[in-house]
Amino acid sequence: MRECFEPKFEAMERRELAQLQLERLQETLTRVARNVPLYRKRFAELGVDPETFADLADVRRLPFTTKADLREAYPYGLFAVPLRDVVRLHASSGTSGKPVVAGYTRNDVKTWSRLVARVMVAAGVSRDDVVQIALGYGLFTGGMGFHYGAETVGAAVIPASSGGTRRQVAIMQDYRTSVFVATPSYALHLAETLTAMDVNVNALSLRYGLFGAETWTEAMRAAIEDRLKLTATDNYGLSEVMGPGVAGECLEKAGMHVNEDHFLIEIVDPATGEPLADGEEGELVITTLAKEAYPMIRFRTGDITRIIPEPCPCGRTMRRIGRILGRCDDMLIIRGVNVFPSRVESLLLEVEGVTPHYRIVLTRQGALDTALVEVEPTEALLFDRVSGHQALLEKLERRLASELGVGFAVRLVEPGSLARSEEGKTIRVSDRRGLSTGS
Amino acid sequence: MLTLRNVDIHYGRVHAVRRVSLHVAPGEIVALIGANGAGKTTLLSAISGLMRVSGGDIEFDGRCIASEKPERIVRLGLSHVPERRLVFGPMSVADNLLLGAYTKFRRREVAADLDEIYAMFPVLRDRHNQQAAALSGGEQQMLAIGRALMARPRCLLLDEPGMGLAPQICKEIFRHVVTLRRDKGLTVLLVEQNAKSALAVADRGYVLETGRVLLSGTSEELLANHDVRRAYLGREKDN
Repeated sequence: MRECFEPKFEAMERRELAQLQLERLQETLTRVARNVPLYRKRFAELGVDPETFADLADVRRLPFTTKADLREAYPYGLFAVPLRDVVRLHASSGTSGKPVVAGYTRNDVKTWSRLVARVMVAAGVSRDDVVQIALGYGLFTGGMGFHYGAETVGAAVIPASSGGTRRQVAIMQDYRTSVFVATPSYALHLAETLTAMDVNVNALSLRYGLFGAETWTEAMRAAIEDRLKLTATDNYGLSEVMGPGVAGECLEKAGMHVNEDHFLIEIVDPATGEPLADGEEGELVITTLAKEAYPMIRFRTGDITRIIPEPCPCGRTMRRIGRILGRCDDMLIIRGVNVFPSRVESLLLEVEGVTPHYRIVLTRQGALDTALVEVEPTEALLFDRVSGHQALLEKLERRLASELGVGFAVRLVEPGSLARSEEGKTIRVSDRRGLSTGS
Repeated sequence: MLTLRNVDIHYGRVHAVRRVSLHVAPGEIVALIGANGAGKTTLLSAISGLMRVSGGDIEFDGRCIASEKPERIVRLGLSHVPERRLVFGPMSVADNLLLGAYTKFRRREVAADLDEIYAMFPVLRDRHNQQAAALSGGEQQMLAIGRALMARPRCLLLDEPGMGLAPQICKEIFRHVVTLRRDKGLTVLLVEQNAKSALAVADRGYVLETGRVLLSGTSEELLANHDVRRAYLGREKDN
């Protein structure tokens, strides 16, 4: 097997893993029923006795925990330990409502560091690397999570945090950064800045890049790898459950290994909550198995993905999940058709002549939804004849309509005019259907 | 090597062990810690067949042993050193040890094993003719362990080996346990009320509370857990 941080767990036999998961699930249920009033109340209401849980599949009898439950418990309502046992607090962004506060005991912080270290080693990182972390430090779990993980691997960590792209470039050149950790959109932004600053990418020391915290596509991966000259891997995590380190790709780049000894995963139908078979796309549901401060029972992540049950050639036995296809709540319903923005993105990128910078604008005219995609053309296309633009637009529109089942108008906009992610995540959708359009 | 899944044990009407699942991998030392009455001794007795389970599976080396007789379980390679040692007081030290070899018939093998035990615990050789009752508590504990080893187990269940012993003697007993694992690859499931000394030698532990497993983890993790510190280590520091 290739480099592996904890082969004892990452490559453990599935039978042994099932035993460990069962033990930990039972312990977690005993603890939350004892220490967390919300769970105790729910179990009692539904007549669920955690002591009758004899099988991993029994987890399906438990009620879901939703983001709304977490917000209602703001700030500490779902903690399973007293605050004096907590050594760290993080919070998820409150862009759509009250934030969610996550607590960590000393053991939780150590475990988290180890799990991130697993993901980083799987992605190629070693103690010889210089890791530049361009994710936000602070309440967001991304920066600190990767920071501790990289230190646990033994790499030299540069806590660059997000933003200040020219400074990032200077650090990258001077400190000989070999691993870059960021959001994928920021990686592309950095690539553009490198071009603008006339930096020779081949003279940099970049080897690997770990990207996550937003949905991205294979086309974006190809663009990032080509422009930054590194091997890019995807990873997954969320502060409600821990932060980064829940899952990450190995160098096979074919799905993210979930740290299943710490997270029990299910895929359910987002509409009905019914379990779906391995391989089917649906909402990811996570139960934490060893968290002390902030355990989570059947948390509905809102993320759409699928389980890849086939064993991975890398030798890890932990199952993989596919790329996150979108958020249940990002899902747009356009004239009755479900559309994920990430799907629009991957279709755009399959066509030559456009960049990954785009925006979906939805308006309503009378009773009808109108969907528009604004996209920046490549430099090469800019100098092309106008008829070339026209042909490209028609091609894009045809492709979107046939693949998505709903028609989009496509418009090319000035390169650099669409918002870039300097801080956190880019807003890709502008839904103005609720606003008056003067009709 | 040893796997328990959803084990329930009733003492008459008392539900003493509730749906306990745990495992011990080959060569591991695992500690079961918990207060008096948490169900630790009951659980060990069920593993060695001295007590019937009312539900669940116990697997040893992939074989179900939940309904096997105790003598059969000893032959499979699993020996139990009971709480309070239970040596046979009026009998000599040597006879106590030989009793442990009742599963073996080859005299030469037994003699060799006896020599090995004497090499490990020289005090037992010195006193092999004396009545077991005349031994000190620590010596009796060595005798009880020696007696269990005479059956050549691959897995040892140790119930409160440090009970009633002076801290120095207790440490010595635990040192022997570590040596046995190192030299003979012995797997050990250890029950101990003194969580600190148990976790000092164990790789992992399970915390039992009123018959349920509340927590498990590496010894390091358990020692850092505030619940464990408050309940079983009898103190709490802020760091």
